[in-house]
This record gives sequence, C-alpha cells and structure tokens, in this order.
Amino acid sequence: MDKNHQSEAVQSEVVWHLLTVVGEDRPGIVAGVTASLYEGGCNLGETSMLRLGGLFTIMMMVSGAQSNEALEAVIQPAVKKFNLRVHVDKTEARLHDHKIPNVQITIYGADRAGIVAETVAALSDSGLDILDLNSDVAGSVEKPVYILMIDGDATQGLDHLKESLASLENKGIEISLTPLETMVG
Amino acid sequence: MAVLDILTYPDARLKQPSLPVDSFDKNLTNFIHDLEQTMDAGPGGVGIAAPQVNKFLRIIIVDVSPMANMAKTKKRRFKSSNHGRLILINPEITSASGAEVAREGCLSVPDYTANVERPGVITIRAKTVNQEIKNIECKGFEARAMLHEIDHLDGKLFLDRIISTRELFRRKVYN
Repeated sequence: MDKNHQSEAVQSEVVWHLLTVVGEDRPGIVAGVTASLYEGGCNLGETSMLRLGGLFTIMMMVSGAQSNEALEAVIQPAVKKFNLRVHVDKTEARLHDHKIPNVQITIYGADRAGIVAETVAALSDSGLDILDLNSDVAGSVEKPVYILMIDGDATQGLDHLKESLASLENKGIEISLTPLETMVG
Repeated sequence: MAVLDILTYPDARLKQPSLPVDSFDKNLTNFIHDLEQTMDAGPGGVGIAAPQVNKFLRIIIVDVSPMANMAKTKKRRFKSSNHGRLILINPEITSASGAEVAREGCLSVPDYTANVERPGVITIRAKTVNQEIKNIECKGFEARAMLHEIDHLDGKLFLDRIISTRELFRRKVYN
C-alpha cells in the first residue's frame, strides 16, 4: 500500500459529523463551543462561524465522536452555558479537495422579495456551480439594500453566464461579474 | 538538471529570510536551470522563489506568459504586463502604487487559495544572471506574481496577507 492509499484508509476510518450550533450572539460562544469539543476529545475540520442578525451561527466539521448522541453529549456544557440549539449530521470528510472558483459575482439592489431566488435561478440555469455565497442587508430600515456575493465555477463559460444575467439588469439589480485568475507562485 | 523538491508549509524553513547572491558562478547558473525546471514541472505555477526549494538565496523566476496566452485564446483581457520569463537576482521593490485584490495560491501551500491585496503597479530593480542591472515596471497579475515571490525571500507567505471575502465585499460595493 503506498503512502496515499494508507492515508486514505486512515481517513476513511475517522467518523466525521457536521455540527450546527445556533444561539443568541454573546461574548465567549466560540470559545465555549470549541473548549467543550476539545475537552471531549474531538477535533475540528473546516468551519463557518458568523453573526446573522442577532444570532451567532456555527457550522463545523467535527471528528472524534462515534455517534450523533455522543457528540451531542460532548457539546452539553456549552449548550447549557449559552442556551444553544444543536443539530448533528453524519458526513464524509472530503478534506484536501478545494475547488478553485473562476468567477466572482456581486449583485446588489433595493431589497425586495425574490431578489435572491431570481438571480440564483438565472445563474444556476447557466451552469454556475456556487462554491461560496454570502449576503447582507445593508442600507437603512426605510431603504434596505440587498447585497449578494458569490464565488463560483462557471461550468459553461463566462459568456453564457453574462447573457443569462443581462435580463436581470432591467429589474433594478446591479450585477458585476469578475473572472478570477488565480495566481499560483 | 533536475526537478527539485518543493518545501510545503508548515515547514518552518519557508518562514526564513534569504540572503543576497554574491557569487555569480557556474553553481548559480546550474541552480537557476533546476529552479526553472521545477517551476515548469509544477501545476500552473507562474513563479517560484529559491527558498521554496530549500535554497535561501534571493532569486526569483516569474513568467506570466502562459496566463497571457490562455486569456488570448479565451478572448479575455489580461490585466497585466507581460515581460515573458524573468529570472531576477537580488530583486528590490523601488516603487509601488495602487491596491488590487485578487486570488492567490502557492506551490508551497497546497489545496488553498485566498484573496490578497497587492499594489497594482510596481517597479523592480534586480540583477540578471549576467550581472546586468534591470529596472522593470510590472502591472496587475505580473506585479502580483513578482510581489508574491519577493515575499518568499523575506520569509512571508500569502497566508500572511489574506483578506476576507466580506471585507472585499464592502470595498467593492461602497468604494
């Protein structure tokens, strides 16, 4: 067995979970959650942690717990301290396999119903594989502005993507599409 | 001639500053041939610095022409100067202006790319293998490659300069 196969075999034996944690944003949540996991013998993989409105949201790949119930037990000290809601899914690791985006799309406009659904449907129909999407509501209470930023893989080429977005520009949405050339040195 | 092994992070040697070259001899030209071969063997690399192959001397190679050719094929504008293959010894940045954000990866940091802010226009003074002094103005992608490689000479990686997508977002929309 060569080195690569060995490490694949070792990786496949590790049980990974996707742990989702949500709670009111309070100082110390991240420290509390990660301390509970570390003290419970768990390790972290890739994670996303961010404040959405008044909530703090955490999604993390966790290894080291053998079952959903075991992981829920490990996280209990933080759950009690910060009054968190928890959801656990079993997952495959698939680490060390990042896709590199070749396009970045920024979309913004006055907030209204359907802005995300319409734009994402047009992008998806023209072959965009979304790798990372985040959006914000900016502006003021009276005049909210929706801002959407996407890193993706244009599987059918950029021209195709541009054409499909042209129809949206008449609807008061500003769209900029930037090809991403990744410099590897 | 040989393809050399590339050091990958967390190897601490990548954080070590490199020393100026003072002997322009046969050893230097032999090493530069190997460094070129190593860069050409790598997947999609447009630059390489000597410390990436465990040689702590101030030597870099940058060649963005493959990217320029690819842009031409795809009829896309290549936002960059293109001086072809540049083999630069003891390079110094003599001026830098503007700020651009773009994505970078590194042969020494596999499976990760991120946004990095760099000056958009720079001038570099460096020696060639024949000890001639060159002053070169680079823009865009080529300037980025040059700065990324010079960073290696100072023990810096693009990981030291990452900016978050959300930060980029604010600059794009509000500036």
